[in-house]
Amino acid sequence: MITYIARRMLQALVVMAAVSFISFSLFNYVGDPVDNMVGQEATLEDRQRIREVLGLEDPFFVQYARFMQNALQGEFGLSYRTKRSVTEMIAERIPATLELVFVSALIALGLGIPLGVFTGINRTSWISKAVLTVSLVGVSLPTFIIGISLIYIFAVNMGVLPSSGRAGTVELGGWKTSLLTVDGWRSILLPALTLSLFQVTMILRLVRAEMLEIMRTDFIKFARARGLPENRINYNHALKNTLVPVITIIGLNIGGLIAFSLITETVFQWPGTGLMFIQAVDFVDVPIMAAYLCFVALIFVTINLVVDILYFVIDPRLRAEGGH
Amino acid sequence: MSLLEFKNMTVEFPTRRGVFTAVQDVSLSVDPGEILGVVGESGAGKSTIGNAVIGLLEPPGRLAGGEIYLKGSRIDNLDEDALRAIRGKRIGMIFQDPLTSLDPLQTVEQQLMETIQLHLKQNDEEARASAVSLLDRVGIPDPKIRIKQYPHQFSGGMRQRVVIALALCADPEVIIADEPTTALDVSIQAQILELMRELCRERSVGMILITHDMGVIADVTDRVAVMYRSRLVEEGPTEKILGDPDHDYTKSLISAVPRPDVRLARFPVVEYIESAGDRRDSIDVATHWLGAGQTESGGETMLRVEDLHVRFLTKFSFLKKNRIYLDAVDRVSFDIRQGEVFGLVGESGSGKSTIARAIAGLYKPAGGHIHFAGADLTEVRTESEMDRYRRQMQMIFQDPFSSLNPRMKVLDIVAEPIRFHGLASGGAETRQIVMDLLEHVGLGAEAARKYPHEFSGGQRQRISIARALATRPRFLICDEPTSALDVSIQAQILNLLKDLQEELGLTMLFISHDLPVIRQMCDRVGVMRHGKLLEVAETETLFESPQHEYSQHLLDLMPRLEVLSHELIAGLEMAD
Repeated sequence: MITYIARRMLQALVVMAAVSFISFSLFNYVGDPVDNMVGQEATLEDRQRIREVLGLEDPFFVQYARFMQNALQGEFGLSYRTKRSVTEMIAERIPATLELVFVSALIALGLGIPLGVFTGINRTSWISKAVLTVSLVGVSLPTFIIGISLIYIFAVNMGVLPSSGRAGTVELGGWKTSLLTVDGWRSILLPALTLSLFQVTMILRLVRAEMLEIMRTDFIKFARARGLPENRINYNHALKNTLVPVITIIGLNIGGLIAFSLITETVFQWPGTGLMFIQAVDFVDVPIMAAYLCFVALIFVTINLVVDILYFVIDPRLRAEGGH
Repeated sequence: MSLLEFKNMTVEFPTRRGVFTAVQDVSLSVDPGEILGVVGESGAGKSTIGNAVIGLLEPPGRLAGGEIYLKGSRIDNLDEDALRAIRGKRIGMIFQDPLTSLDPLQTVEQQLMETIQLHLKQNDEEARASAVSLLDRVGIPDPKIRIKQYPHQFSGGMRQRVVIALALCADPEVIIADEPTTALDVSIQAQILELMRELCRERSVGMILITHDMGVIADVTDRVAVMYRSRLVEEGPTEKILGDPDHDYTKSLISAVPRPDVRLARFPVVEYIESAGDRRDSIDVATHWLGAGQTESGGETMLRVEDLHVRFLTKFSFLKKNRIYLDAVDRVSFDIRQGEVFGLVGESGSGKSTIARAIAGLYKPAGGHIHFAGADLTEVRTESEMDRYRRQMQMIFQDPFSSLNPRMKVLDIVAEPIRFHGLASGGAETRQIVMDLLEHVGLGAEAARKYPHEFSGGQRQRISIARALATRPRFLICDEPTSALDVSIQAQILNLLKDLQEELGLTMLFISHDLPVIRQMCDRVGVMRHGKLLEVAETETLFESPQHEYSQHLLDLMPRLEVLSHELIAGLEMAD
């Protein structure tokens, strides 16, 4: 078990090194940041001086080594645009994104798993068919249309929820949370719902397919033959056996939610890291882009590590020596 | 009053093409302490009876008629809740495959306690004590330790014991065992049957034992019911049914069981069951296309295996010395003469299939030599050179369902090796050869246009044989070619293999766990255990006077159909 985790950690380190290299080298060739920093009237000498101060004249590998050295200390330099520390800027915006993802994951799991189990067991009931049809909306409509429709219905027409922004935040030991006030919940609801719809469908269909598979197995038939009640069979035996593939996908998706909440954050003007990234792209703000990519990679790698450890917790067969 | 009785049971499955009647008008009963065998071939409806009794028919199946009584009170009209109270508590069930009957994510203790507490309302302490004593009773050593383990930590036989313990949790009055030993090795099978018989007697449990295996029926049952195409054709005491059957179907079914005690030239074919294939013309090797590959001669010995050693890595380590290997085949040597059928027999995990795969080049041996047709295959380096030998050597696999590509037509399946090896001059000739091959394996040329799923298991195995013959091989490797088939179909396929072997002068490596089949098919036999070849002998010598202790043990375990009618045997010998 320990060697397994150690090996996974080692793999994670390799992935991180690769991502940092790719992100750094990529963004080094996407235009000249100095152009955006200075005004029209800056002389060539001024520009040259800025380049030297920022170290942009050094050879590529020197720049990369400096980047890595700082990155390992959690230091990603100054934003070209705001002249503020990138680390600080990300730290400021992480709570908004993480809370958004947390709430939407909650919605996705809370709806997806029970509905998946239900539609998996009651295959022929009309409720199942209705749920499956409606769930198609979740995958077939693009996020921005769902977002704008929700704004139109709940903010414009009914006027019950705010259309954008993050209101009612409370400072809690350096973490700005919006989950403690009614206003905060009101503002997070629409973006979280928008972000979760795709996931609900995905989890629902995956759980359903796995349930259908498991319900056909001999051990479910044997559990029935022993007279176990249906609920116990469905949730204690069947659902637990569907979990290994389901958490794999959920893990990947949560990473995806964090990384790609860009559109939702843009539609709802949600002050998270996604919105920051979009602004950074507009401005060729290389330090922010590089830092953001490394941050996303770190999250993916961490979630995958957690998923791998969860396999061990769920499936005793993997704990066996040698693990087949 | 019988313990369990059903009268005029009829089970129907409504399908798109009309109603399929799986069980028709069957009446049976079991007394306490009695074992009733229900025997029949796949699709005969025997498993459906078991499921119908405890109300677990797969939808859309339904009990369309008849009455079921448990100790005199009617149970077929009970609602789901009342039925659930009977399941496990009064009627226990045991299924075929112990590897899939247990929830892999829960310990044996959790599953046992769950069932015990559900039915017997015991507290944790009592339930745990009951669970341990149950495991002890079904013969699991160190029950206090093993109970904390997960199903994957038990071997197949031990898992079936756990399944039996689970079925016994609430001390049921009736046990329905559906093919309880089919997935197990003979030695384990004997132990499990012994255990089930003891438990029946000591607890006065009535048991319905559903099986396709006449040997099992002969071993443990008191009475037998024979099912054929959803109907009960005959019922009576075991000795009577096996020794002096009245119904023609029973007679032909019994005659199709490979005999362990005498060697017959051909298997008696049961016309009663499924069309035994079109009558085939014999092949004249001198003029026939299939004979064209037979010209090269490899001398007396077709295949010589020397010190063959195959190992699998079970635990990887960066340090070579820390790696753990499993020696699947441990320095085995034998040779197969031209035109001979050589058998390999042994229990699962003995390494017999691994040898076959190593010879066919699917596994790379860790050591030793394989001489085939005068060349050392372990020395062959290039693919193109290897293809030359692959053409002469073909394999037939056990599972007829997964060894044919479901998306290809039979024509393309059989033609693929011809095209790959460039054995025909063009499309028209290839097609002609395929049609001819399909005729020879008894399928008829029209089979070429169909897809594999349109055929039954036995017919698919015929397709596999046609595919194997398509390269004009000199050497066939048959890895358990009939163990997934019913006895009557098995007899047909084995006859076909025998005929082809004789007509084409094929050399064969025939692998099976079934001793009677080996006796009928092979000229010489090797007995394997734990990767080692223990004994090689002429088949008749081995069966009459086995030298190695393990061979004797295996032969002792072989179900003896002694009760079988002597007239029937005499009749068969006459027929030769």
